[in-house]
Amino acid sequence: MTFIALIPLFPLIGFLINGLGYGKISKTAVPWIGTGASLLSFVCVLLAYLNFKETAIIVNLFDWISIAGLNVGFSFQLDQLSIIMLFVITGVGTLIHLYSAGYMSHDEGYGKFFAYLNLFLFSMILLVLGGNYLMMFIGWEGVGLCSYLLIGFWNKNTDYANAARKAFIMNRIGDVGFLIGIFLILQNFGTLEYLEVFEKAKAFHVGDGIIVAITMALFVGAMGKSAQIPLFTWLPDAMAGPTPVSALIHAATMVTSGIYMIVRSNVLYTLSPFTLEFIAWIGLATALLGATIGLFQNDIKKVLAYSTVSQLGYMFLGLGVMAYSSGLFHVITHAFFKALLFLGAGSVIHAMSDDQDIRNMGGLWSKIKITAITFLVGTIAISGIPPFSGFFSKDEILAHVFEHNKIMWALGMLGSFMTAFYMFRLFFVTFKGSFRGTEEQKHHLHESPKSMTTPLIVLAVLSAIGGFIGFPEVFHLPHRLNEFLSPIFENSRLVNSSFGVVHISHNLELILMGASVLVAVISILFAYMVFGNGKNVPVADSEVVGLKKLVYNKYYIDELYNKVFVGPISAISFFFANVIDKKLIDKIVNSVGEGVNFSSKKIKELQVGVTGSYILFMTLGILLLVLYQFGPSLLSTFNLLQNK
Amino acid sequence: MQSGLLSSLIILPLIASIIVLLLPAAYKASYRWISLITQILLLINVGTLIGAFDPQKNEYQFLEHYEWIRLTLGNSSILSIDYIIGLDGLSLAMVSLSVLVFFIANISSFSIAKKEKAYFSLFLLLTATVIGCFVAIDFFLFFIFFEFMLLPMYFLIGIWGGPNKAYASLKFIIYTLVGSVMILVVMIALAMSNVDEFFTSEYKTTVFSFDFRILSDTNNLLKGSLLSIQNPIKIFGVNARDFMFLLLFIGFGIKLPMVPFHTWLPDAHVEAPTPISVVLAGILLKIGGYGLIRIAYGFFPDVATNYSLLISIMGLISILYGGFNALAQKDLKKLIAYSSISHMGFVLIGIAAFNVEGFNGAIFQMFSHGLLSSMLFLVAGVLYERTHNREIANFKGLAKNMPLFTVMVAIAFFGSLGLPSLSGFIGEFFTLFGSFQSSKIPKVIPVLGVLGIVLSAVYLLWTFQKMFFGEFWTKEEFKKSLTDLDQKEIFMLSTLGALTLLFGIFPNLLFDLINPTVIHLFK
Repeated sequence: MTFIALIPLFPLIGFLINGLGYGKISKTAVPWIGTGASLLSFVCVLLAYLNFKETAIIVNLFDWISIAGLNVGFSFQLDQLSIIMLFVITGVGTLIHLYSAGYMSHDEGYGKFFAYLNLFLFSMILLVLGGNYLMMFIGWEGVGLCSYLLIGFWNKNTDYANAARKAFIMNRIGDVGFLIGIFLILQNFGTLEYLEVFEKAKAFHVGDGIIVAITMALFVGAMGKSAQIPLFTWLPDAMAGPTPVSALIHAATMVTSGIYMIVRSNVLYTLSPFTLEFIAWIGLATALLGATIGLFQNDIKKVLAYSTVSQLGYMFLGLGVMAYSSGLFHVITHAFFKALLFLGAGSVIHAMSDDQDIRNMGGLWSKIKITAITFLVGTIAISGIPPFSGFFSKDEILAHVFEHNKIMWALGMLGSFMTAFYMFRLFFVTFKGSFRGTEEQKHHLHESPKSMTTPLIVLAVLSAIGGFIGFPEVFHLPHRLNEFLSPIFENSRLVNSSFGVVHISHNLELILMGASVLVAVISILFAYMVFGNGKNVPVADSEVVGLKKLVYNKYYIDELYNKVFVGPISAISFFFANVIDKKLIDKIVNSVGEGVNFSSKKIKELQVGVTGSYILFMTLGILLLVLYQFGPSLLSTFNLLQNK
Repeated sequence: MQSGLLSSLIILPLIASIIVLLLPAAYKASYRWISLITQILLLINVGTLIGAFDPQKNEYQFLEHYEWIRLTLGNSSILSIDYIIGLDGLSLAMVSLSVLVFFIANISSFSIAKKEKAYFSLFLLLTATVIGCFVAIDFFLFFIFFEFMLLPMYFLIGIWGGPNKAYASLKFIIYTLVGSVMILVVMIALAMSNVDEFFTSEYKTTVFSFDFRILSDTNNLLKGSLLSIQNPIKIFGVNARDFMFLLLFIGFGIKLPMVPFHTWLPDAHVEAPTPISVVLAGILLKIGGYGLIRIAYGFFPDVATNYSLLISIMGLISILYGGFNALAQKDLKKLIAYSSISHMGFVLIGIAAFNVEGFNGAIFQMFSHGLLSSMLFLVAGVLYERTHNREIANFKGLAKNMPLFTVMVAIAFFGSLGLPSLSGFIGEFFTLFGSFQSSKIPKVIPVLGVLGIVLSAVYLLWTFQKMFFGEFWTKEEFKKSLTDLDQKEIFMLSTLGALTLLFGIFPNLLFDLINPTVIHLFK
């Protein structure tokens, strides 16, 4: 299967050409190379898919590491799961490359940008196509690096550079868990190859301690990469990167790696209900936290960023109730509509001469029609209105949650309500009413070039109809996604009899569906009442007070982390360097030296040739000798005399 | 087969050193070239050796054995000291690293503009002794090289060093000498306890030997001798074998360096000229790790397992303490020195694991650190050469003015912080995994060790950001001199960078060489 190896190869070549030729390749060729590499990769995915027949294909390029009994191959595994992920990555990736050709065209680092994008694509493909956990880890770190490079793309701005560093380090903290998970797997299974690990996993029982440990450790990695509580604060800051980056990396692909990891390891997670419950609660909490913060943000990208945090939470919530394919379904639809929304936001920012504050916008509907309409499609999709894509995937997750735990479901619905609200708030404030920006901005208002609007249109179509790959059972229409993915969950079905069993009656399913649509509609109407006329504009930062201020400032979590972690770490390092190292260890070392110097100086005086001191020492010496020789007998004589 | 190829690695630089010494000052300009040509010859010879080396053979290869000293002792027994050199996977890896690092350091030495004759003859002498140290398989010979290395090192720091060079070079030499004394004690004890059966029957009297191959086999221990396993003799209330092992541990630990015996390293690095820093970090530290594996663990495997916990804790302390210290440094070179300490901590953790994964990881880590630390010190040298300043706070936004330099620094930094696909990751992964696997070490140690990887990301990225991001800014007087890399620097840095990438992607290039040796060690 040569197509498989070609999938990552094209972006790698693209990276090398644009990277090594940076500054030498003409500006017109750069986007062709970058986008072309991505497109070719997409074509290979398509070809690989067409040739694919149900069973996983392993391609071992070479033996990567072999020591003692351990063998880790540099291998790819093409199966249903990797195909789905590859389609999303290369498909959405290609659209975003195309978009960037227009969006970044005025930037001096144009070639560099495309090189990084291709490198990202390459790493992301390794992540999902790798045939073992170590391959996943390479890709995992690779995308982290690209994320770092791209968030800090405009690194002259200190805040942006800070955001890049924060993202990398927070991800690193998650990686500690991932690495420990890998160690545990290697220790207990003797291999890292997926197929072997999952085969051996069947010998374990539900709830075995070691599996709990492995799954929890891996999940810590997922928390970092997919921005879950407590490791989520890097993602909103990551919006410092150019908007196509936010769309590709921080919405559609990289941040869903954590979900991929869990779906990939679904056997292990199915064996560990404890971890699943934990994941569900973390996911739910993150979904709600993200949504509440999203309610009050005024930066168009920040709203979308918190929305991403929140939607990722929903995906984990789905995974936590063993609705793996529903979680993955949401990954797909979310990739469509969130990429669309970010690119749309980019188009708005482009039109607004790089202003991102929605309080300065308003009335853009008529000015940038294509952007506005496609943005509306995305907004409807995320809000969960049928038949747009977000409805299908989110509803599926919530139906599973309902079955698992009613309270969780109710909280999930609350999140849905907030989602529809903050999204339509964003939409109304941006596009309705009249323009609030400066005259200069108004003068510059223009629709984006074709290279930017084409991806918007394609993504809008996908956001609208993308949900049709998985119809709810009640409609008696095929759920193509579930059918396709089914072999991936074979082992889960074997190890845990409760996996995949649905108790919900069709009536109940319809009621749940109706409820979520109703919630979304009410929320939208509510948003319309508040912001629909375009006159009610969010207030200036200084006027935000009370509870709202707390939420507006993201619950001061960043400040808390600074106090609890950053401060003490600097203090410790200062203490180690300036007290222990200098004042203690070196003090001892130097005083040993000084001690030797001092004593040698003193001993030196014994032989300086001064007759007086020689005589003194001689006398003392004789005295000592006499005392040594006769001392005891003198003492006893003395005692004897005294006793008498 | 005594081809002499291996000896040439020691003899060539020695001869070159003498040539440089004898050539009149009129040929001053040729010193560096003589030295460089020698290094290239060494590279070629080592290349030949690698080609001819058979990793599957479980013995020293390219063996050269000449009788040297036969000392008849009082009780008519004989002390045999021989010139024996040979290579196994471990020493071949270290020798390859040595010739590579010396080659790079030699190029970097081209900018030395003071007392060139002395410099290059000492530099060549250092080359010979370091390689000798790795190929010697007679303890006495090893020790001679080990000690002799200090002489050129002392002068290279003491003469060509920075403002505080006298303190630094003295500190370096005294620290190392203290370690040497400990090793010397053990060497004598070992030799007086091990009997060469073959020669004993030939000479018809007890022959004590320094041969590594004899020392590493506990069957050769003389019954009732100081180090006998059966009836242990106590020294200060500790079994003699334990005592000797601990002496070796500290002796080589100083060289590694291991916290708390590390404070000579930052000082030495800060004062040493760039090429000497490169050699120091790239190679000299590895002798500590090499000695621990070859000698401490090789000759005392029975007691070594008792100290896994202790050694892994020392490793962990080095990792974390070094990392925290690095975070607080203001001088770029000091920061790199502390990061070296932190990275060598992984070597300790790997060795402490006392299993195949851990040892492989430790050796890989040494190799990889040799590449990366050389790169890092060259990077620091690039700035120092241009501005005579290394204060991190004096530079901002260099990415704009020195783009190529920035790329190289990024490779070195990301390699050091353990990014997969660069060599640093493999070493850290396997040292930690080895210790995770080990039944002697509680899991909490490797788990905390992983935090070291986070810490390295913190201090390296923070430094990277401070120096390379933001608007370009530096002191007025530096502005003119801050030009991007020249050809020489590009060559050195990109060679090392390419190797880091190569071994990160194809770690088997090294593992294939060392793994059979490591497995053999455990038999």
